[in-house]
Amino acid sequence: MSDMTPAAYRVTANEPETADTRTLTMEPLSGERLSYQAGQFTMLYAFGGGEVPISISGDPTPGQPLVQTVRALGAGTQSICRLESGEQIGVRGPFGRGWPDLSELEGDLLLIAGGLGLAPLRPALYEALRRPANRGRVTLLYGGREPEQLLFREELDRWRASREIDCELIVDIAGANWHGSVGVVPSLIERTAIDPATTSALVCGPEVMMRYAADALLARGLAASRIHASLERNMRCAVGHCGHCQWGASFICRDGPVLEWSVIGPRLGVREL
Amino acid sequence: MREIQQLLEEIEVLRGLEPAQAKLISGCGRNVVLEDGEPLMRAGDTATSFFALRRGTVAIELLPSVGPPLVIETLHAGDVVGWSWLFEPYLTQFDVRARGSVGAIEFDGACLRGKCEADHSLGYELMRRFSELISSRLQATRMRLLDVYGSPPAGTR
Repeated sequence: MSDMTPAAYRVTANEPETADTRTLTMEPLSGERLSYQAGQFTMLYAFGGGEVPISISGDPTPGQPLVQTVRALGAGTQSICRLESGEQIGVRGPFGRGWPDLSELEGDLLLIAGGLGLAPLRPALYEALRRPANRGRVTLLYGGREPEQLLFREELDRWRASREIDCELIVDIAGANWHGSVGVVPSLIERTAIDPATTSALVCGPEVMMRYAADALLARGLAASRIHASLERNMRCAVGHCGHCQWGASFICRDGPVLEWSVIGPRLGVREL
Repeated sequence: MREIQQLLEEIEVLRGLEPAQAKLISGCGRNVVLEDGEPLMRAGDTATSFFALRRGTVAIELLPSVGPPLVIETLHAGDVVGWSWLFEPYLTQFDVRARGSVGAIEFDGACLRGKCEADHSLGYELMRRFSELISSRLQATRMRLLDVYGSPPAGTR
């Protein structure tokens, strides 16, 4: 099948994460489940509602159903979020370059997410949790606007309770019953133990947050080549033809969405790029 | 037991002072332990002191006219809480409450201001360091004002 032709999938579950965000589980009508890398995305097509790029948020182990987390922001994403179990959806992909292969990365892993950015990082987190413990520590720093907007709360609670991972949560504002931190993600980075020589950072969230997070990581001595970030641009064809997501010399759909900060950082300083 | 002068090295904004200046500042400090929920400061009170946190977490709270308090920031070991003691009218702006047990050094604001008046190089050093602290908190506040998690990006799908 062409990269441009959607495959028919059936929604098998549509679970709420927050007031405007849902996680869909989908099975191909062909019966052949998708193989993908952590950090890749697909184009989801709600029939009659348009096609949108959405990161995969499920376990990348081969043979798992396709799981994606969608925030209802515009017409296309609202159509997808409204789909009920049993309804069909079109899927193209997977596309793009995902997170680096964590099985080959030595040393500590620092995963930094903001808002909906935890969705593309969750597959990497599943892979990180499967690494032998002696390969290095795994730390998740996750920020959001308020506690009610944090994704995957049950898993977050489980990860926080486990000793497999250091998990720190931070929100912009909270009630007195919130036991996590209140402030901005870079403040978490400042007080996290980091060995810059052996740590790799995976960052995903709003671009402003990623810029400040990268600045904090660089200030802690991490090389830009050790910082990997997932960018969001206006992906349409998803195969590097249409040019909507071109950013400098890169097509984010094909060369990204995950790029090294050594590539991203200098370009973010270029006005009107 | 370690002297307060040695403990200053645990506090980012007070780390690396000249020994003579560290000694002067230490003379205005005392070790305190606060229990869970205990207030460190109350909005509207005269700002008589500031706290350098050695362990634990404190919450800066705002009491809205209706409803329970909102936590607008948490501060942790190594942070400093309070700068209203530095500026007239020396009025505390927010409630600050201990989350769990907190160990801190409490510094007497009037004592420090007096030493700064008497020794302007100490005053300059302390003002410089607190200005950096205030600047970094201002940057963090600006970042939160952007509401990066709340507003959808342009061209939302």
